[in-house]
Amino acid sequence: MRFIPVTCEQQESMLRAIGARDIDELFEDIPKSVRLKTGVSLARGLSEIELAAELEALSAENATHLVSFLGGGCYDHYIPAIVDAVVSKPAFFTAYTPYQPEVSQGTLQATYEYQSMVCALTGMDVANASVYDGATALVEAALMAARVTKRHSVVVSEGVHPEWRDVLRTYAASGAISVVECPAPDGCIDLDALRSSVVDAAAVLVSCPSFLGTVEDLASVGEIAHEAGALCVVSADPVLLGIMEPPSSFGADIVVGEGQSLGNPMSYGGPGLGLFACRQEFLRQMPGRIVGRTVDVDGRPGFVLTMQTREQHIRRERATSNICSNHSLNAIAAGVYLAAVGQEGLAGIASACVAKAHYLHDALVRTGAFSPANGRPFGYEFALRYEGDVRAMQEALLDRGYLAGLDLSRFGERYSGMVLFAVTEKRTRAQMDAFVEEVVSL
Amino acid sequence: MSQGTRPPLTGRLIFESGTPESRCVTPPEPDVPDVDMDAALGGMLRREAPALPHVTEVEIARHYERLASANFGVDTGFYPLGSCTMKYNPKIDEWACRLDGFADAHPYQPEVTVQGLLHLMYDLQSALGEVSGLPAVSLQPAAGAHGELTGLMVIRAYHVAMGDARKRVIIPDSAHGTNPATVAMCGYEVTQVPSDARGGVDLDGLRAALGPDVAAIMLTNPNTLGLFDENICAITQLVHEAGALAYCDGANLNAIMGHARPGDLGFDVMHINLHKTFATPHGGGGPGAGPVCVAPALAEFLPSPVVVRDGEGEYHLHTPEKTIGRVRSFLGNVGVLVRAYSYIRALGGDGLKDVSEQAVLSANYLAQRLRGEYELPYDRRCMHEFVLSAERQRKEHGVRTLDIAKRLLDYGIHPPTVYFPLIVHEAMMIEPTETESLETLDRFADVMLAIAEEAKSDPEMLHGAPYSTPVRRLDEARAAREPDLAWKPMRDGAL
Ligand SMILES: Cc1ncc(COP(=O)(O)O)c(C=O)c1O
Repeated sequence: MRFIPVTCEQQESMLRAIGARDIDELFEDIPKSVRLKTGVSLARGLSEIELAAELEALSAENATHLVSFLGGGCYDHYIPAIVDAVVSKPAFFTAYTPYQPEVSQGTLQATYEYQSMVCALTGMDVANASVYDGATALVEAALMAARVTKRHSVVVSEGVHPEWRDVLRTYAASGAISVVECPAPDGCIDLDALRSSVVDAAAVLVSCPSFLGTVEDLASVGEIAHEAGALCVVSADPVLLGIMEPPSSFGADIVVGEGQSLGNPMSYGGPGLGLFACRQEFLRQMPGRIVGRTVDVDGRPGFVLTMQTREQHIRRERATSNICSNHSLNAIAAGVYLAAVGQEGLAGIASACVAKAHYLHDALVRTGAFSPANGRPFGYEFALRYEGDVRAMQEALLDRGYLAGLDLSRFGERYSGMVLFAVTEKRTRAQMDAFVEEVVSL
Repeated sequence: MSQGTRPPLTGRLIFESGTPESRCVTPPEPDVPDVDMDAALGGMLRREAPALPHVTEVEIARHYERLASANFGVDTGFYPLGSCTMKYNPKIDEWACRLDGFADAHPYQPEVTVQGLLHLMYDLQSALGEVSGLPAVSLQPAAGAHGELTGLMVIRAYHVAMGDARKRVIIPDSAHGTNPATVAMCGYEVTQVPSDARGGVDLDGLRAALGPDVAAIMLTNPNTLGLFDENICAITQLVHEAGALAYCDGANLNAIMGHARPGDLGFDVMHINLHKTFATPHGGGGPGAGPVCVAPALAEFLPSPVVVRDGEGEYHLHTPEKTIGRVRSFLGNVGVLVRAYSYIRALGGDGLKDVSEQAVLSANYLAQRLRGEYELPYDRRCMHEFVLSAERQRKEHGVRTLDIAKRLLDYGIHPPTVYFPLIVHEAMMIEPTETESLETLDRFADVMLAIAEEAKSDPEMLHGAPYSTPVRRLDEARAAREPDLAWKPMRDGAL
């Protein structure tokens, strides 16, 4: 039997050993009236050769060799070969959560190193071992801020990714927090509106860059939040943190982010990982697993899961979160990625993205078909207004092999006519020039 | 030194390797004009570079190889970690999720360009609907606990639509910690019900707990004792009579495929841990996936998006009419979902039934071999796992479950889940899974019996175990008292 090493003969002897007539007898606790007679109604199993062919055919039905300018929270960055070489090691990917530290030092040390790198990038004191994704990291930060401040409402900038705000609203329906959305006309939060909505808020949640790519005035946001006694929660782009001043410098209390860009394939949006870091004083309210360094009985350095009294398996309904499994392997990938590129490499990659994005931005505006949606500084993602029919433009360019940005109208009327372009270090000048030519020829 | 000494496998941080000049990956040569970065970034150019390692590829490769060799995975050896279903992870699934048509797809690509992926997701939804008996499926949740929360949010939305969100959720005392934590996160109060003498839900306790303010019951069945609740149909009926819904924590689905479907047992909602029953690897603690399956009446509340198929056979992302909203970004943990699909296709319906049958047989076989030396608090036929107690070893020899667990490491075996469920003293929850040979099962039983003898003859030795692991027992109290959670260049030395 597939993946079952016990033979039929051995099954018989095992049944005899436990004093059972047959296998069905083992299922007698299941009430007769609901016991299945027909087994599982799914097609027969496939041999590996058949299965591989089916999977290759399904894979081939996806167009993934297009020149892509899509971003919006998931980015086509280069993944160094060493990353997959590490996370493909069975000792890493076939292990469970490191409950037995004596035989889990690999996962634990790699996670401690990951936490250290997240602290280095964000400027925060402590980081956890990851949560599911950027959106759930933002929600966890909002819930944590409510616990820390004992307040109920959070103010979220409309410059935060619309899907993340949707997730925040979904969680808020349980009553733990209420959500106030603050206008952000160019992606950047309207500071006057923020001042009036922040009263009694637990936190201000902003994204820098915003989902329109624009750079937020974090210093002002932090100041306004703190004056009102609210925490400042910033979602940051980990690649841009290679060249951007960390949120800690502007008073951020919690920094979250989507970590997919750090060595994880896009995989149609998951699994990436949720980055989560905060200031030391809030450690005990942090959600999720945390790895700490200690020593063993012989005095050797070693690592363990720590601060566990925050967690569900101990604290149950009073835990800081219900999270159990996180995105450990993705976090290890992020650690390998950051080790592989190093500080100069990350800065170089981030700079390449920014330079290329500005090149494409200017070239597209020069065609006359596009105009800037706002005049704000941006990183490697920017919104443009298209003069014609966005859908028709994107379809025509798809036929020519391009994913021509993200039609923002999917997020509501107010964005109609706007297209969001992301440019990573993988795009070349030649690709961009050819793309601009196609735009001109439309 | 004459006999040679090996450097320790772990402890030396990646930050402490390499030199300031060491490089692995360098960025591409610029092919566009320079921009003034500080101006481009609104004056927010970083003043001080982040303290990341400086290493060459060789050093990275060796570093992580050393770390890996200090780790224990399913490919290393027997891993009977109860409730976690540490079965073998087929390698074709790893190959499949890395195919470029899956790994390189962007979540905002037009649907016409990802028909293969959507087709696969649609078929996975259908397969999970079939296995669970709950046909409407969301693939969004990222793990079991996330699925629990999603499922409970669906239940809340249903009650709100009926006019009253209600207040409480009932949970048995044997429940996994995520269940009560999820209840609280969803804004409900936990009402705990006791287990009866046979390990199932105490029916009188349940009757007493039910009331018009109860939104749901959350049950794991088979439960965390590895026992199938024979009263399950009566339980779900009582719950429904109170106007509440029944939620199934599907962590233990590996026990019943082909023999029972939670939907047929009266459950309205369940999550499935694909990283348990459907063989996707645990990754040292994730990523997993926790799809949620619901009865047709609840389909319209599922999170957005679900995959649908139109009359022309084309696949689309669809937002259910009364959706609770999104519970994360994008569709789900697609890389994990592809692996689960591949596994289901490899086994087929019959293979899945074989899986559950062998999982249950192997657990019963081990229980039979161990029940003499160790206490078996609920002495009845188990499903895919069972819970032993080391209470006798503790009382007679001062040897605790922790000591036994640590001693197993010296024999090259990963310990069972320990001290859970909370209702069993000195608990050891053993789940062999179907992917272990009889030889492996027998060796485990032999080792457990040998440790029971060691407990009698040399309890002190057990208190010191393990002896042969890369590190020995770690000072967890110190870790919590003096948290060292990140390497800091200022404190730990310049880069
Ligand atoms: C019974 C039970 N419920 C829920 C969970 C949580 O699942 P996850 O870790 O995928 O969130 C587990 C995992 O250990 C479990 O055993």
